[in-house]
Amino acid sequence: MTERELPLWEVFIRSRTGLNHRHVGSLHAADAAMAMQNARDLYCRRQEGVSIWVVESGLIHASDPSDKESLFDPAEDKIYRHPTFYDVPDGVENI
Amino acid sequence: MYTQGLDQSDTRTPGPEEEAQLVQAFQARIDAEEKIEPRDWMPDAYRRTLVRQISQHAHSEIVGMLPEGNWITRAPSLKRKAILLAKVQDEAGHGLYLYSAAETLGTSRQQMVDQLLSGKAKYSSIFNYPTLNWADIGAIGWLVDGAAIMNQIPLCRCSYGPYSRAMVRVCKEESFHQRQGYEIMTVMARGTDAQRRMAQDALERWWWPSLMMFGPSDSDSAHTAQSMRWKIKRFTNDELRQKFVDVTVPQGHFLGLEFPDPELKLDEQTGHWNFGPIDWSEFKQVLEGNGPCNAERMRARQTAHQEGAWVRQALLAHAEKHEDIR
Ligand SMILES: [Fe+2]
Ligand SMILES: [Fe+2]
Repeated sequence: MTERELPLWEVFIRSRTGLNHRHVGSLHAADAAMAMQNARDLYCRRQEGVSIWVVESGLIHASDPSDKESLFDPAEDKIYRHPTFYDVPDGVENI
Repeated sequence: MYTQGLDQSDTRTPGPEEEAQLVQAFQARIDAEEKIEPRDWMPDAYRRTLVRQISQHAHSEIVGMLPEGNWITRAPSLKRKAILLAKVQDEAGHGLYLYSAAETLGTSRQQMVDQLLSGKAKYSSIFNYPTLNWADIGAIGWLVDGAAIMNQIPLCRCSYGPYSRAMVRVCKEESFHQRQGYEIMTVMARGTDAQRRMAQDALERWWWPSLMMFGPSDSDSAHTAQSMRWKIKRFTNDELRQKFVDVTVPQGHFLGLEFPDPELKLDEQTGHWNFGPIDWSEFKQVLEGNGPCNAERMRARQTAHQEGAWVRQALLAHAEKHEDIR
């Protein structure tokens, strides 16, 4: 008998208040409550977090690696978007 | 599909010329120490090698719970029991981190588990040895986890991103495993004569199987060269084995224990401990399923899986019902 597999979930943990939730890995669970419980057991055995998000993996849309150039290269030559692009005359402060 | 964000995958099949270019670009990324991520193009052989290695590694963590689990109910104190429970729970976690790393390569956990249960997939030969008394729990933590750490630290730099990230997490947790084992050995080596004899006996039984954990000698290791080129492996089996011997022998001597190897001798020139020949026929036998506990381990995993089937079904049924209500 082929068994249906429990769905895959992605786990995000906020390690301390003031920080973003960060992707830490994935797990299998039948529903959100089980995913939450498993995330606690699997990724928080040593006080690694103060908050957990779980998201069904199938709900995440990811960019295609072959679109890397078209998505990210256009920012490459826009150095004027960085403060270091600008000359500030000597003697000018607090800018 | 079972990979993170695999709502779109690369379905193109490149022609031979394009394939050659892709392989070249892939190797260039590896050479530049770039990490390969799940949806990046990769040669089929790289994917297959990783699935095999990571799933074997995961199976080892899971089967590895059995010899130690054997002693949880008989740990000599509440403290030791709590420690052993935590360690065995960590090993379950390691197995799960690794299964999910392997799943990012497109093989489902169920496929991997099926391969383990059908006997098609391998796991580390060390877990086919029995844990006869409490000193074995000390020897396993000290030697088996010690050897595992030696193997795993370089894997933190493995070229495949999900595997390397899983290994970073695993390595963080492993050092407590080794220390608790060495502490058990220390207590026993400094205890009564009987305890001391148990510690010595455990070392004698676990030493050679621990050295075999690093796998066949470089001259007999089929996959080493390609895995090194792909930066899946950073050191050869023999290099890692030697490192392990060099750090472990002084730890044993510190406890006044003797290694079961008359040829063990410090080479003053190189600073390395020379050791006697490994009985590879024993290794082969265990790998082929004829070790002392192979059948028992497989049976335990199969039974656990079968007996858990109704729970998995009930969980899914509950989730579906819940969805209907929502
Ligand atoms: Fe482990
Ligand atoms: Fe461990």
